[in-house]
Amino acid sequence: MKFGVVQFPGSNCDDDAYHAISAVVGKPVEFIWHQSVEVSGFDAILLPGGFSYGDYLRTGAIARFSPVMPAIKQFARGGGLVLGVCNGFQILLEAGLLPGAMLRNRRLRFLSRPVHVRVENAETPFTCAARRGQILKMPIAHMEGNYFCDAATLAELERNKQIVFRYVHADGHDAGPDDFDANPNGALAAIAGVCNRERNVAGLMPHPERAVESALGSADGLVILRSMVESLTRRAAERVSA
Amino acid sequence: MIETEIKVTPQMAAEHGLTADEYARIRKILGREPNITELGIFSVMWSEHCSYKSSRVHLKKLPTTGARVVQGPGENAGVVDIGDGLVAVFKIESHNHPSFVEPFQGAATGVGGILRDIFTMGARPIAVLDSLRFGPIASGAGAGNATEQEIARNGRILDGVVRGIGFYGNCFGVPTVGGEVGFEPCYAANPLVNALALGVARKDELFFARARGAGNPVIYVGAKTGRDGIHGASLLASAEFSEESQQKRPNVQVGDPFMEKLLLEACLEAMRTGAVVAIQDMGAAGLTSSSAEMSSRGGLGIEIDLACVPQRETGMTPYEIMLSESQERMLLVAERGREREVLDVFEKWDLDAVEIGRVTEDGMLRVLDDGRVAAEIPAHALAEEGPRYERPVAAESAAASHGPLVEFMRDGADLTEKFGRLLASPAIASKSWIGEQYDSMVRTNTRMGPGAGDAAVLRLKETKRALALATDGNGRWCFLDPRLGAMHAVAEAARNVACAGARPVAATNCLNFGNPEKPEVMRQFVEAIDGITEACRALEVPITGGNVSFYNETLGKAIYPTPVLGVLGVMEDAESALGSGFQNEGDTILLLDGGAAGISREEMQRELSSSEYAKTIHGIVAGAPPAIDLGGEKRLIECLVKLASERAIGSAHDVSDGGIAVTIAECCFASEGLAAEIDLGAADEPAESALFGERGARAVVSLARGSLARVSELAAQYSIKVQAIGRVTRGEFRIQYKGAPVIQGSVDSFRRMWSESLGKAIEAAS
Repeated sequence: MKFGVVQFPGSNCDDDAYHAISAVVGKPVEFIWHQSVEVSGFDAILLPGGFSYGDYLRTGAIARFSPVMPAIKQFARGGGLVLGVCNGFQILLEAGLLPGAMLRNRRLRFLSRPVHVRVENAETPFTCAARRGQILKMPIAHMEGNYFCDAATLAELERNKQIVFRYVHADGHDAGPDDFDANPNGALAAIAGVCNRERNVAGLMPHPERAVESALGSADGLVILRSMVESLTRRAAERVSA
Repeated sequence: MIETEIKVTPQMAAEHGLTADEYARIRKILGREPNITELGIFSVMWSEHCSYKSSRVHLKKLPTTGARVVQGPGENAGVVDIGDGLVAVFKIESHNHPSFVEPFQGAATGVGGILRDIFTMGARPIAVLDSLRFGPIASGAGAGNATEQEIARNGRILDGVVRGIGFYGNCFGVPTVGGEVGFEPCYAANPLVNALALGVARKDELFFARARGAGNPVIYVGAKTGRDGIHGASLLASAEFSEESQQKRPNVQVGDPFMEKLLLEACLEAMRTGAVVAIQDMGAAGLTSSSAEMSSRGGLGIEIDLACVPQRETGMTPYEIMLSESQERMLLVAERGREREVLDVFEKWDLDAVEIGRVTEDGMLRVLDDGRVAAEIPAHALAEEGPRYERPVAAESAAASHGPLVEFMRDGADLTEKFGRLLASPAIASKSWIGEQYDSMVRTNTRMGPGAGDAAVLRLKETKRALALATDGNGRWCFLDPRLGAMHAVAEAARNVACAGARPVAATNCLNFGNPEKPEVMRQFVEAIDGITEACRALEVPITGGNVSFYNETLGKAIYPTPVLGVLGVMEDAESALGSGFQNEGDTILLLDGGAAGISREEMQRELSSSEYAKTIHGIVAGAPPAIDLGGEKRLIECLVKLASERAIGSAHDVSDGGIAVTIAECCFASEGLAAEIDLGAADEPAESALFGERGARAVVSLARGSLARVSELAAQYSIKVQAIGRVTRGEFRIQYKGAPVIQGSVDSFRRMWSESLGKAIEAAS
């Protein structure tokens, strides 16, 4: 089982993701340079947070044209696990691997604080080790995390259970309208993370890799990485038995 | 007309800020008249900002050595041994004038500049702290007679500065973990933006800005050179401000944190090749200072050809190229024959890297333009032989303030309303509105970030250890007594680090003062240096670097003298880091006091008159800062470090702005909804003095009842007085004084006053 962490110019959570997978979860991990045109040999690929290519234009707008992206798309089409965190999520949206778009935070300020999200769907490779309704405390740090999509897409996301994480209050109750305590960036339907229909590509704004050691405030993000490990292990077992 | 044909006149020298004597000296060094490019080069290198001409003779007094000091002042940053083969590299620097002219870019490039100073030495930046001062952002007694318009403008400046700091640090990928923010009318037209950066490197992999090996190639890397920032930092920071200062906006540089992030990664990677001999960032005075200083430190010369310098614009003159302060550029010396290894790394990161010259033996900084010599100056003369002034120092401090002192209220008077106003005053109110705009967790080392404790704590993944950092500086106290105020700045920053559980080991300072040509300002400066020197010696925290910012005056009105100290501490076990928040209901609350006993009622009155309480509630800035007991401070620090390492206490918070009442409230606000029941007042002291007085060498700690005996025993070993003052509760926050309740209310209502006021004030203004 091998994880890959993509390094775009301007990625700045790449080391943190590497540390979480390697030192905390204890799985093999390698960096993938943005100019790589193939990504063979990996079982899961993480697009980390940061400011890819400076993000002076629109977050992820340039990274989607990065030389590595066609290979990642192909990897995703082949069923490989792809997780985008923060800027990685923004890039997956721009690249069309996930539905929707990111707007600036409703109050137009960068926001760095712990949030609580509820696992809305525990039947994805990214949440299978969690229980549905489980509350995870993880930090956010972004200027553009106000998730948006049109009504039809939202209905489809709901229907297909593609909304994986929602911002909620610490005790799990829903964020109300303009409830910036729970849903600080004002995301549509309090959406913090989504996956594709096939369930193998997901993105979220909170940083699981920053929440893997309780000494730093929370270890709740571990369940996401452990879910990936679990589902990859299951896949490998299925391949063997097949 | 070709520049070199412009004849330099004494008047042009004066326009470049050079005195007649300085100009004569330049002619003597050269043995001829300088040309215009040379005049420009001398003017920036000999500016106050680059040459420290008014401060050098006094800075020599600072203690700069110690067992852990690897590199003291004189390099890009100070270096301290932190064990396990690692070193901490840190420095604080001002960007005051640019931040007033253009708050967003001024603050952003301030952060960019200090980060380059750190990674230039081979260290990866792991944290930034900012010490900020603004004019009042809310009306009230503490705002003096600031108009509504001025208050709104101060709010906008703060907003721009905070956005700028966030813009740069967040993108670069360094956590902004702490610092402090203060408000006084004197900073309205001259805000202070002091940025501190901390990095970590392996001791055997440090880099220095010292050229070696004649014939080695000089390589320019990073952003292209443009016309921005000509005379930016160097001259903006070397003269007072006037009403026309807004016209200096084109002199402020524009920051590109993405470029700097690439530069960081590329430089660290290039350093690992082993082919880099020396490296220096192009900060103030850009290409000029980096080439002059690197060659001078190495006792060599450097020859560069401007035709090779990557340029963003066409038709730039040698004068403009040499003086440009375009950001995100570095100059390095590589080993001849291995330059390809270096160039390849920069190519990988899509950065310009061009050989623009070579190291020479003749000690000259020689600038070629199109084969012609555009400038030729002994490098040593530029970097080291600048003027040194023993500026006149006023014989005695002009009495800072003889205004009326705070009158004590009758015993038993209710102080709840005043306490609420104090909590909501911008200086004391929660700074989370600011802290939330900074990424404080990137790199996943932040054990304690903004608001968690008295100092920021960064764990080191390579070891069990952690580093703690705090900044402090009370301008109002330094205004009332520069020497005593400066001593308090050192003591409080060190105490903060100790409250977090770390042993203070070294310091960096940023000395913000008015116009040094005024004897009264020099008096403040000299006294402050004396105070820092004495306190650093007593607390064993040598100064390893920093900077001096003079000319913090607008329209002839100087700021309060504001030395800002950043103190670094080392913690043996990151797990023993202590926050300021109470831990458990029922815990005992103790006041630890290392100070000398008993002062008279008159002294209490003078001390309280210099406090945050006096300013905010009564509009009084008078009296004197509290007397300081450095021996007591030292013992308290040792005691706190010991208590933390034994895990004998659950929280620690020093008594400072707002006195013990505010300290205890903050311990509640930093907890998960806890409150406190406090009973004070055996001493013969008026309630306001006891509750809001800001005497040092004190800390409030909380502990499980079972630990009380051990804590008392340890405190006795360090001769620290222990006073049990109450217990941790839920719901009601209550302080009794001499048996009478003087402050009471629900902890949630106090928390709201404290947490919401800053954001509201700024958003109303901006």
